[in-house]
Amino acid sequence: MSSKHTLSVLVENKPGVLARVAGLFSRRAFNIHSLAVGPTEHPEISRITVVVDVDELPLEQVTKQLNKLVHVLKIVELDAAKSVQREMLLVKVRCDARQRAEVLQIVDLFRAHVVDVAPDSLVIEAIGNPDKIEALLAALAPHDLREIVQSGTVAIGRGARSITERALDRVIA
Amino acid sequence: MTQAQAKPQAPHRASATTSPRPVDPQAVTGSGETMTGAQALIRSLELAGVTDIFGIPGGAILPAYDPLMDSSRLRHILTRHEQGAGHAAQGYAHATGRTGACIVTSGPGATNLVTPIADANMDSIPMVAITGQVAASHIGTDAFQEADIVGITAPITKHNMLIKDPADIGPAIAQAFYIASHGRPGPVLVDIAKSALQSSATFAWPERIELPGFNSGAKPHAKTVQEAARLLATSRRPVLYVGGGVIRSRASEGLRQLVDLSGAPVVTTLMARGALPDSHPQHLGMPGMHGTVPAVAALQKADLVVSLGARFDDRVTGKLDSFAKHATVVHVDIDPAEIGKNRAVDVPIVGDLKEVLSELVPALVEEQRKHGKPDLEAWWMQVNDWRATYPLGYTATHDGLSSPQHVIQRLGELNDPQSTIFVSGVGQHQMWASQYIKYERPNAWINSGGLGTMGFSVPAAMGAKVGMPDQTVWAIDGDGCFQMTNQELVTCALNGIPIKVGVINNSSLGMVRQWQTLFYEGRYSNTDLHTGHGTRRVPDFVKLAEAMGCVGLRCETDADVDATIKRANEIDDQPVVVDFTVSKDAMVWPMVNAGVSNDEIQYARGVAPEWDREEA
Repeated sequence: MSSKHTLSVLVENKPGVLARVAGLFSRRAFNIHSLAVGPTEHPEISRITVVVDVDELPLEQVTKQLNKLVHVLKIVELDAAKSVQREMLLVKVRCDARQRAEVLQIVDLFRAHVVDVAPDSLVIEAIGNPDKIEALLAALAPHDLREIVQSGTVAIGRGARSITERALDRVIA
Repeated sequence: MTQAQAKPQAPHRASATTSPRPVDPQAVTGSGETMTGAQALIRSLELAGVTDIFGIPGGAILPAYDPLMDSSRLRHILTRHEQGAGHAAQGYAHATGRTGACIVTSGPGATNLVTPIADANMDSIPMVAITGQVAASHIGTDAFQEADIVGITAPITKHNMLIKDPADIGPAIAQAFYIASHGRPGPVLVDIAKSALQSSATFAWPERIELPGFNSGAKPHAKTVQEAARLLATSRRPVLYVGGGVIRSRASEGLRQLVDLSGAPVVTTLMARGALPDSHPQHLGMPGMHGTVPAVAALQKADLVVSLGARFDDRVTGKLDSFAKHATVVHVDIDPAEIGKNRAVDVPIVGDLKEVLSELVPALVEEQRKHGKPDLEAWWMQVNDWRATYPLGYTATHDGLSSPQHVIQRLGELNDPQSTIFVSGVGQHQMWASQYIKYERPNAWINSGGLGTMGFSVPAAMGAKVGMPDQTVWAIDGDGCFQMTNQELVTCALNGIPIKVGVINNSSLGMVRQWQTLFYEGRYSNTDLHTGHGTRRVPDFVKLAEAMGCVGLRCETDADVDATIKRANEIDDQPVVVDFTVSKDAMVWPMVNAGVSNDEIQYARGVAPEWDREEA
């Protein structure tokens, strides 16, 4: 049985580094569940969050392989219980005036937002951990969902410690 | 939050190193001078210590070939195919231990390098490939001779980069040579846009290599080294499983000490032949699919396997879950990703083998003081019984034609192992060259192990000869392999690179034919090459050799083998090709069929060792 693991990969902000990281997963036959990349507090460092479906042992192998990439600075696995994990969802729902109240009730229930309204549609924005997003989609499922777009998971460890600190030392050493 | 996979804080951090090596001390760095990117590239190659580079010019790389003409330090060898340039750089690196270099143009020039790069990646060969790229403004437009070679080679290089700014050329070349040769060696590709070669910038040669994410190797943990020593001192059936890492790390001396001290049987993989002299009494030969019975059996029955720079490749282990089932495993490798990749490991040691062995040997002395010398007498009795019962051997062929094994054995016996390098292609002749030639030193045996690249031998032999001109270099090739890359004999003839090529001509794709004999009821689909006895001999290898400016010799009977080899050895001013026409029915034995347990090894067709007798 495989299970989901969240890896934070700190990389040098160099061209092509995302392709190298993503390519490594497919090449070694690992299944990426989601992937998000963005800048960090340091312009030299980007952070890639990868959620991967994999057993413990292959996870160690893929982490070691990732470590061999020259632009990869550091890899940290974030435990779901000790980190904050968030995804963003935008969903376009077709609904007329009669159905709208019902949809808005679901939006309220999940503390989501309506970010666009048209006579026959709504765009709903929701941010939350992957379970919450999944539950919201399930609740909306009976309605006419025209378009769904989801971000990859981003995650950060709880508490004062920063995983970028020591990685930065290496870049400016 | 677990920090389990943070990179180890290795002492050999790249940024702690002051200067990329090898640096030619005579070369003036010229940092601060303004020059074109092309001039910067040539200057950088000189500063990196390159003396020989193999390549072919073309549109995108053309600017670099102009200042190359004026370089007194760089010898450029014009090959006839880019694949030849790549394999030559590999052969050069393999023979000398220095980083090989090749330079080609964009598009097809670059894609023709893909095979040598993949080969170097599999066999951990330090190599830097320079490729021209279309002008920066044309990248991504499907311009003439454009190929995304950085994208194409990302999975098969240790690292690669695209350079669009002439100011980056110096640092990029310095980094490329540093990465290729430090830690586990491998190929690095530097793709340089034509516009960067043509425009000018201030030249910079870095005093320090800044690669914060690059780890060239961790220091071995004293505790695990101690544990490995304890196991070696106390196990009853130990085997040292020696891989190519010993050769890359130049650790033969340390290996020898460990072998003598431990008293354990030793096997050397295809990539490690020569790491320990074949004449050493504890040496059992090669393990694996075509390994010796004693080597395969010793691993299967071992209670301790100490892997030194090997990677538990499927050609060694056979069916993985039945490999060395009873053994505790110590795995030493410079690449942490190799540890536990295939086989679960009991004692992992990450580090450079040379360094690990220098610590393991005194640790073993210490452990032996505590536990006494290990009692391996029963183990050696069993191993020696296998050796006596199942020596390497072959039977004469039924068609009366020469046995390829005999030809290869004589090539080994009639050449001095200290001054001869053998380079093989891939297939039956490769296995026989590994089995029947006695290797007495590292870097005397060069072949394509991991990727299994047919056509490797002629260009790799050329590279080896360029790197080691005082050595006799014999390419042992097959008739199939030879037809893939023989055009580099032209390069050899024109550049004064007198290699010798023994074509073991069985008129077929021999290894494939062997599998057809064994597993496809002798249905020989597309393996007949019509080059041998009783065929039209197309091509005629003797005439082909002569057409390419080489001496061509033919040897058709056992009686002529010695005289022909001696004749070839007398010719020193020209490349020589010997067409040894041999029987096509000879097969490589022993053999473990693909995907089955090594316990199922066959000594010859249908002949399996009697394990029960020995275990009784």
